[in-house]
Order: sequence, then structure tokens, then C-alpha cells
Amino acid sequence: MISPLLDRIQFIGHSTLSGIRRLGRGHLFLLNVIPALVGMLTRPSLLVKQMYSVGVLTLIIIVVAGLFVGMVMSLQSYYALVDFGAEDSVSVMVVLSLLRELGPVVTGLLFAGRAGSALTAEIGLMKATEQLSGMEMMAVNPMQRVIAPRFLASFLSMPLLALIFSAVGVIGAYMVAVMLLGLDDGAFWSQAQAHVDVHLDIVNGVIKSAVFGFVAAWIAVFEGYDCIPTSEGLGQATTRTVVHSSLAILGLDFVLTALMFGE
Amino acid sequence: MSTRTIELLVGLFVAAGLAALFMLAMSVSNLATYGDDDGYTLQARFDNIGGLKVRSQVSAGGVRVGRVTGIEYDSKNYEALVTMSIDRQYDKFPVDTAASVLTSGLLGEQYIGLEPGAEEEYLKSGSVIHLTQSALVLEQIIGQFLYSKADESKAD
Repeated sequence: MISPLLDRIQFIGHSTLSGIRRLGRGHLFLLNVIPALVGMLTRPSLLVKQMYSVGVLTLIIIVVAGLFVGMVMSLQSYYALVDFGAEDSVSVMVVLSLLRELGPVVTGLLFAGRAGSALTAEIGLMKATEQLSGMEMMAVNPMQRVIAPRFLASFLSMPLLALIFSAVGVIGAYMVAVMLLGLDDGAFWSQAQAHVDVHLDIVNGVIKSAVFGFVAAWIAVFEGYDCIPTSEGLGQATTRTVVHSSLAILGLDFVLTALMFGE
Repeated sequence: MSTRTIELLVGLFVAAGLAALFMLAMSVSNLATYGDDDGYTLQARFDNIGGLKVRSQVSAGGVRVGRVTGIEYDSKNYEALVTMSIDRQYDKFPVDTAASVLTSGLLGEQYIGLEPGAEEEYLKSGSVIHLTQSALVLEQIIGQFLYSKADESKAD
């Protein structure tokens, strides 16, 4: 009777310790990637190719999502505000929500799901088919050739994608508010200009998306590098990338919002 | 896919991102009104500034001429001391200009309205505006209304 209880307690201890070990491996991995970034800059074609596969190919989902998020927000804001006669504030509500929160966070979640899982699968497969070890045998640094370009490409693409998401969202909101709901064209833009601050809203949004890009890139690349090199392990690693990236992005969003927009 | 196509698409992607940044900065933010670092300072004392905040507008005749840069409480005179920065091009406010705390719209945010006087001397940087009118506090107005109603019914 005691033994199953002890087994469960041992399991909790074991999981905690292996979780902490994994956290340590992740940080050591990051410390190895950062110097490799410098060496990678002598081969910019690697970076460009990765920016294509991570950034450009994610563009279509970002644009479509941004358009629909902007349109839905505009519609819902209108229904909420029209009862108070404040329907001219639809543009302010939508633009501020997009720039401060929805742009970085939704882009981060979509990015983690689409590009993060692809990166994990790619690197994990390279590990499983022993390509990474083969590279080390040939005195080619896999950090510089494989890991660092993908990491930097993700970090650079995220702010751009978040900006495109916000811009397309604003355009979608404009289409719904002015063309569908009949709000005044000039009031839409002038209200937004009066209430949106470049430093507070746009720059903070870019900073947030850069932080999310860093975290999503780090988690995706590390999970691929650290995965169990079997097909089942690869599946687990991909799932973990998406889940951990999403949780980290949402948690960091709260911390950053409290720091940036708190009193 | 050839290297040239890949590089073209990445270039377009980065250009689109920067264009999005420009579009957001230009058309939906206050970037256009951001170059007002050179202005001269005026101060005004109020009994009650209501909901006035730093960076609130200062308007004359409904046109934005500056903004509030500092709000302090003067414990010696028990007044609120408001520091404003006025654009250099509007340097012809007479010394008897009046500053009042007004509300834009019915429930909107508060701003300082300047009404020019009739003197021939103009306010310079660092001057203090002497004619001020405080913000309307809703509770005080209701209180005054109730007292006047009570007086009326007593007089009957």
C-alpha cells in the first residue's frame, strides 16, 4: 500500500528534476547559439533562405487572419458602442487593441503554430537521421549552418509579421466601419490619430513582438535540437513547441503589458 | 525555387513589413503632431483642475496651440500649478489672457482653453497667467443647485 504512493511521489520528484535539467539544457543551448549568430553573418544566403521559409510562407495566414480579426473587432465594437452614441470611437478601440495586444499576441501564436512546429520538425528530423552528427564529423559547425540562421530568421520575421497583421487589421476595420456600417470616413482616421501614440502604442507593440519572436524561436529550435530521435519523439517535440511557445507568449504578454502600460 | 526568386520574395516581405510600419505610424498615430519640442513655457494656477492630465491639449479658439507638460500642487497657496508648452508660432497672447479648464464634448477629456485679452504686452516664456477658471466639478454644481432649491422653498 505504501509502495504505489511512494512510486507516485518519486514520479513527481523525477519529473521536476528532469524539467529543471531541460530548462538548464535550454539555457546552455541559447548560450551556444548566440556566438554562432556572429559566425553565421558571413553567409547571409543562409539567413535569406530561412527568412523565406519562416517569414514569407507565414505571410498568407497572417494577412488573412489580420483581415478577419480587424473586421470582426470593428463589427463587435460597433455593436457595443452604438448604444452609447459613441460609435465614432470604433476606430480607436480597434486600432489600440490591434497595435497593443492582438497584433503581437495573435501573430506570435500563429507563428509558433506554423513556423515553430515546422522548425522543430526540420531540426528534429536532421537529428534523427544523424545529419547533425554527420556535419560535426566534417568539421562543419551545425550551430552556425543550421540552428543560428533559423533562430535569427524567426527573430527578425516576427515584428514584421506583427506589423503587417496590425496594418491589415486596420484596413479591414476601415472597410467594415466605413463601407459596411456607414461611419464617417474622416472621423475614423482623425479619432485614431488623436488617441494613438507612436511611442506608447506602435513601438511597444514592436518590442512585444520582438520578445515573442525571440522566445518562440528559442523554444522551437531547442525542442528540435533536444528531441528524442525517434518518430514518436519528434511528434512529442513538435507538440511541446506549440504548447510551450503559446503559453510563454501569453505569460510574457501579461508581464510586458503590466510593465509598459502600468502606471 | 531559384535563389533569385527566393531573395526577391524575402525582399518584398521585408518591404511590406516596413510599409506596414509607415502606414500605421503616419495614418493612425499622432506622429504628425510630434515635432513640437520647441515651444515656450507658460504657467497657470487653478483651484481645481478636474481631470486634466499631462499631455492634455491647450487650445485657443478650438485650435490646438500647445500641450500641458507638468502638473504640480503648490502647498503654500493650496493651488494646482499647471505648466504648459505653447508652439513658438503662437507667441502673441496678451498678458491678460484667461485660461480655463474645459471639457471637450459632454463626457470627453479635459483641456485648457485660452481666451486672449486686450492688453498690448505679450506673454513671454516663463510668464504666469493670472486669470484662471477652474474645472467644473459635478458634485459642487449639484450641491449649489440643491441649496438654491432649498432657499426657494424657504422663501415661499
